[in-house]
Amino acid sequence: MQINNGLVYLIALPLAGAIILLLAGRLADKWGHIFATLMSASSFAVGLLQLSQMLARPAEERAVEQKLFEWISVGSFQVDAGLLLDQLSICFVLLITGVGTLIHIYSISYMSHDKDRRRFFAYLNLFIAAMLLLVLGNSFLNLYVGWEGVGLASYLLIGFWNQKPAYATASKKAFIMNRVGDMGLSFAIMIAFASLGTVSFSGVKEAVPQASTASLTAIGIMLLVAAVGKSAQFPLQAWLGDAMAGPTPVSALIHAATMVTAGVYLITRSNFIFDAAPTAQLLVVIVGAITLLFGAIIGTAKDDIKKALAASTMSQIGYMILGAGLGPVGYAFAIMHLITHGFFKAGMFLGAGSVMHGMDDEVNMRKYGNLRKFMPITFVTFGLGYLAILGVPPFAGFYSKDMIIETAFNAGGIKGILLGSAALLGAGLTAFYMTRVMILTFTGTPRWDEKADPHESPILMWLPMVILAIGSVTSGFLLSRGDALVHWLEPLFAEHGEHEELLKPIVVTSLALLMVAIGVAIAFLKYSRSEVSRTAPEDVSILTKIVRRDLLQDDFNEALFMRPGQALTSTLVKTDEIVIDGAVRGIGSAALSSAGALRASQTGFVRSYAALILIGAVALVAAIWVVTK
Amino acid sequence: MNAANYLYVSALLFTIGAVGVVVRRNAIVVFMCVELMLNAANLAFVTFARINGSIDGQIMAFFTMVVAACEVVVGLAIIVTIYRSRRSASVDDASLLKR
Repeated sequence: MQINNGLVYLIALPLAGAIILLLAGRLADKWGHIFATLMSASSFAVGLLQLSQMLARPAEERAVEQKLFEWISVGSFQVDAGLLLDQLSICFVLLITGVGTLIHIYSISYMSHDKDRRRFFAYLNLFIAAMLLLVLGNSFLNLYVGWEGVGLASYLLIGFWNQKPAYATASKKAFIMNRVGDMGLSFAIMIAFASLGTVSFSGVKEAVPQASTASLTAIGIMLLVAAVGKSAQFPLQAWLGDAMAGPTPVSALIHAATMVTAGVYLITRSNFIFDAAPTAQLLVVIVGAITLLFGAIIGTAKDDIKKALAASTMSQIGYMILGAGLGPVGYAFAIMHLITHGFFKAGMFLGAGSVMHGMDDEVNMRKYGNLRKFMPITFVTFGLGYLAILGVPPFAGFYSKDMIIETAFNAGGIKGILLGSAALLGAGLTAFYMTRVMILTFTGTPRWDEKADPHESPILMWLPMVILAIGSVTSGFLLSRGDALVHWLEPLFAEHGEHEELLKPIVVTSLALLMVAIGVAIAFLKYSRSEVSRTAPEDVSILTKIVRRDLLQDDFNEALFMRPGQALTSTLVKTDEIVIDGAVRGIGSAALSSAGALRASQTGFVRSYAALILIGAVALVAAIWVVTK
Repeated sequence: MNAANYLYVSALLFTIGAVGVVVRRNAIVVFMCVELMLNAANLAFVTFARINGSIDGQIMAFFTMVVAACEVVVGLAIIVTIYRSRRSASVDDASLLKR
């Protein structure tokens, strides 16, 4: 494998930005945002340079490595801190730095009134650096460092406005739920070391054919747990909705385009493990299918525009996980959907931020309405993202999502039918809730609050939205033209034979479009023909109420984990107070009272002491006399 | 004369001394009784030296006398000091240590 010593600059530039901005403090308030944006942009430039070099090489020599330093060297356990840039990582590098830079530019304007803007940009740069380390690490252990780094950046940014207690709680919730997944990743690394003796990607790949299926299944399941935590998949999905407490650019970058897709990256990167562990792979598709429906169902009842988009993100990542779980045939489609989703979802989040910017930070869609007249650019860019997520040809989502649905149908047998139907149903639900968002926000009559002053956002905000909208329109077509991305990623994945087709592609496409049309039609009937009330109606069915409570995900977690946990801790506290403290205090007071009793014998009279000595001496002599006699 | 008789005298002297220490209140008398007990011990030492035909007991008696002399010096000094400060030589009055 070729050596390239330029890889480190990809990470070093944004990391330097973060460190300088955090250390410089208020000195950097004036120029910090521009500096951070430049750092992110130059990292993007390095990425483009790497891509051009990579394109110049033949397919089998495209991957390059860089060894940074010897990290851990204990007996037979050798881990180098090393970077690996191959066809898969370069997709992520360009997505992270490209979308990241656009969001930096957007944030310059979006955060301009915030006195802590410099700190915000420092965290953004920190996130970019950590995320790049995640996708560039050449071993599971290096990946883990980046994995924790993005968790930290996500925590810091969700709680960026931590003066509001609810936001601080949201960041803690995200961090703690992520910890569950992180435990999975650390277990996976430990099992890999114990059973395979190595943790580097190349080493594990070589060791897989000799490894037992049981240990590979264990690694696979633990990796899935990690992916489930980071990517907000069922059953660790509850944090993503609350993570919308962070500033909107954060939601766009971290909780839509990049960090939450790290789980998909992990599964795709570990494809050799999942290919050899069918049980783990089956669990992956099950998780994906459940989550894509779960997220879509939650999305139908959300009035908060950001939470609706968050539910949608959850659902779309479900599609990616589903694709990644389908084996070699699906990995490339998962990555394609990941990239197109990165464009259209980031674009829509930025659009939501633009709307909030004009509506006095109101997030309730029931208090929007008719905004297309006042925010034409936001409307058009959001609309293009909307068409892309629906999967309307020729927009980006059509190519990527359609391929996943098709591959799911072709998975074979009853499994294929179930997965394909779930994916189709998800497409219909997506059409419904996204149309609902569009109608409530941009059409109908105004239902604004008095303080709202809808106006188009400044150029620094709409320019990134326009660029992302262009991506939402074209990326799918460009990536799938002549199966460009599939062939690009081919060297990484195992060969896959031809699958028999359950349904012809044209039939699947027609079915998907039919579902989308039904979803859109229902949304129009329900929200466009009658007046939308400013408050959510209360006289709704029990099902609606459950969906509004996020399908009881929080109640479930509280009942199953939080309350028993609280009971356990309070029992432990009681035990500590009664048993441990009781024993310590008991010894103390026993010593005190026995000392009081003994003190009474000390009269202070010399003669009584003398008498006692005498009695003692006599007793001693008598004892000796008795014994020796 | 039977050597055992000296031991009887020694035991008698010791008992008188011990009873005196326990029952008398005057510090001087208590002190004299302590001396009596020491001398009873000395007598026993010397007697045993005679019985066993060894000189060890006699040497021990000299040590006892030296110790007793020292004790008298220190003890009398303490008693005199207590008497000066408290105007009493009763051992029962000197019970400050009990609290």
